Amino acid sequence: MTDHPIAPSRRSLLSMIGMVAGSAAMYHAMTELALADTSTFKGPIKLSPPAPGTSVLVLGAGIAGMVAAMELRDAGYKVTVLEYNGRPGGRNWSLYGGDTYTELGGATQHVQFDTGQYINPGPWRLPYHHQGILHYVNRLGVALEPFTQVNYNAFVHSTEAFGGKPQRYRTVQADFYGQIAELLSKTTKQGALDQAVSKQDRDILLAALKEWGALDAKHQYAKGLEAGERRGYASDPGGGLNSVPIAGKRIEMNDLLQSGLWAAIGAGLAYDMQSTIFQPKGGMGQIGKAFGKALAPLIQYNCKVTEIKQDNKGVKVSYIDSRSGGTPKTATADWCVCTIPASVLSQIPMNVGAPMKNAINQIPYMAALKVGLQMKRRFWEQDEQIYGGVTYTNQPNTMIGYPQWDFFSKGKGVLLGSYCFGTPAYIAAAKPPEERIKDALEYGSKIHPQYKKEYECGVAVAWHRVPWTLGCAGFWTDEGRAAHYNNLCALDGRIVLAGEHASRIPAWQEGAVTSALDAVERLHKRVVSA
Amino acid sequence: MTIRLLAGAVLMLTATAALADTAGPAPKPKSRGPANFSGFFSPFPFQGGEAIYKGVCQGCHMPDAKGAVGAGAYPALAKNGHLETAAYPVSIVLKGQKAMPFFAMQLDDQQIADVVNYVRSHFGNNYRDKIKPEDVKIMR
Repeated sequence: MTDHPIAPSRRSLLSMIGMVAGSAAMYHAMTELALADTSTFKGPIKLSPPAPGTSVLVLGAGIAGMVAAMELRDAGYKVTVLEYNGRPGGRNWSLYGGDTYTELGGATQHVQFDTGQYINPGPWRLPYHHQGILHYVNRLGVALEPFTQVNYNAFVHSTEAFGGKPQRYRTVQADFYGQIAELLSKTTKQGALDQAVSKQDRDILLAALKEWGALDAKHQYAKGLEAGERRGYASDPGGGLNSVPIAGKRIEMNDLLQSGLWAAIGAGLAYDMQSTIFQPKGGMGQIGKAFGKALAPLIQYNCKVTEIKQDNKGVKVSYIDSRSGGTPKTATADWCVCTIPASVLSQIPMNVGAPMKNAINQIPYMAALKVGLQMKRRFWEQDEQIYGGVTYTNQPNTMIGYPQWDFFSKGKGVLLGSYCFGTPAYIAAAKPPEERIKDALEYGSKIHPQYKKEYECGVAVAWHRVPWTLGCAGFWTDEGRAAHYNNLCALDGRIVLAGEHASRIPAWQEGAVTSALDAVERLHKRVVSA
Repeated sequence: MTIRLLAGAVLMLTATAALADTAGPAPKPKSRGPANFSGFFSPFPFQGGEAIYKGVCQGCHMPDAKGAVGAGAYPALAKNGHLETAAYPVSIVLKGQKAMPFFAMQLDDQQIADVVNYVRSHFGNNYRDKIKPEDVKIMR
C-alpha cells in the first residue's frame, strides 16, 4: 500500500479496517450515551376515570414525574407532586444569565451570560424518533428548532496526530471512506473476494464502491476532482474567471489509521444521533418550564423527601423544606409514583420488598461534565464557517458544541466547551468550577486559538456535584439489568417507580417519558381492578 | 462484568490485536487510537494515595472528606468507623455501592491500595495496618 516500513499486510489491514469501521459506530454509541433501544411510545395514553377521590403522590417534578402527574390528573386522579428543587424540570434544565447554581460542597456559580444565551447542563437533543417526549413538547406548545449533530465542517482533533492541527470532519470522513473503497476495489479486481462475492455481484460491488467512495474512473480515490465533491477542494469552483476547482491532497490511509481520527467520524451513524434532531428554542429547560406551568397547582417545591411508607390503606411521605430543614411534614395518598433518582432513593427509608430495594441499590450514577463558555464574538462562524454541530477531540473536554441558534449574529455566543463522561468527568468533578472552566479554555484553545482573547464568562456543571441527582444518569450493567430491571419497574404494593433509570433508554428524556407512561398504565390497571 | 459500553472498547482493542497477529512486529501507533477519544474507562493518571484522593474521590467525598448533603448524601470518610477493616473500602471502590460507581476498571491494584491506605490514615482515621496491591488483586 505504501512504503511505510511498518505498513501491515493488505489482508490484516482489511480485517482491521472492518473492525475499525464497526467500532467507530460503537465508540459513538459509547461516548454519546446512545446505549438505547427503540422508544416504546405508542401514542397518547387514555386512562378510564378512577373512583372519585382516588389520590396519587408523585415524587419528583422532572420529566417522568410531570408526565405521570399530567396523565393521572387528566384521568381524574387527585394528584400532588413533591419536588426537591424550587423549579420544575429536574435534569431538563437550562442555565441563563442571572441564574445561580450551588453545587454540593457549596461552590456557587452566578451565571453571567447575556440575554438570550444559555447552556443545557443536562439533555440537549430530541431525536425525531423520540416521539414520546416530542408528543409532550407539542402538547405544551414548546417551539422547536433543528439541532445539527454532524457538521461536516466542524473539526476532529487529536493532540497526537497531524501536529495537533484539527482536521475537518468532512475531509477525514471522505478520505477514510474513499481509501477503503479504493482498497476494496483493488482487492475485488484481484479476485480476493471471489468467495464472498459472486461473479455477477462483482461488477455491481465495484460500481457501488466507486460511488460510495467517490472514486475516479480508475477506481482511485482523490487523484482527480471526483473526490472534491466529498472532501472539498484546495480551491473551490466558482463563477466567472479564475473559477477552476483545484483538487486537494488526500490524507493517506496510514496516517488516518494512526491518527485515531476515524473514531471521531461515526457520530451521525448511531440511531439516536441521526437527523432530524431538534432542540427547544431558548433552551431545553423550556420543556420543564412549560410542564411546570401546566401543572402549577399540583406541584409543591422545595420538598426534600425523608421517608416513604406504605400500608394496605395508602402511602405516607415525610418531607422537610429542602432549604431550611425544620420539622417534617407529611403528605398522604392512595398510591405513589416515585421518580426520585435511584442514587437518592437508595438513601431514603422506604418499605418496599427486597426485590425492588435490591434493584434500587445496584444502580450507580454516571459522571458527566458540561461547561458553557460565553465568547465575545462567534469566531467559529466568522473565521471557520462552523454553524452548529460538534467538534470531537482526544482531549479531556471530548466535545465542543457550537450554538445552534442565532446563526450569523454579530453578537456573542455560548459554546459548550466540554461535554465528557467517565474518567475526565470524574476528574473535573474533583476540581472547583473555575478550574473546570480554565481546563476547558486550555483544551479549546488548541483547536480554536481565538478562545483566550474572546472568552468572557462561563459555568461548569459536574453531575456528581448536583445535589438532587448525585450523578447524571443511572448506569446499568447488562448483568444488573438481567437480574434487577423487572424488579425495579414492578409495582410494589402501592408504589411504582419511574424515570430514565427505569427505562432501556438511559439518560434520554424519552426513557423518562416512556417509563412514566408504562408505570402509570400499570398503576391505573391495579387501581381500577382493586 | 459485561457492560454494553465496554463492547466498543473491546472491539477496538481487538482491531489492534489483529494487526499485531498478522503483520509481524506491531506498529507503534502515534496515538493510542480511539482509547484517547473515549476516555470513559481510561485509567486515572494519578499515583499515590493523596493524589488519587484529590484527583478523584474528593469530587464526591469533598476535600475535607466530610461528605456532602443534598437530596441525598455522600458519606463522610473522615472519622469513619466503617474503615476499620481495609477490605471494606477496597470492596466498595472495586464494586461500587448504591450511588457510588465501581472503579475496578479505572484504578489498578496499587492505586486502590494507596488511596485506601491514605484515607484510613488521614482525615481523623488512624488505622495503622496497610493493605497491599496483592490483597486488592484477590478481591477483584
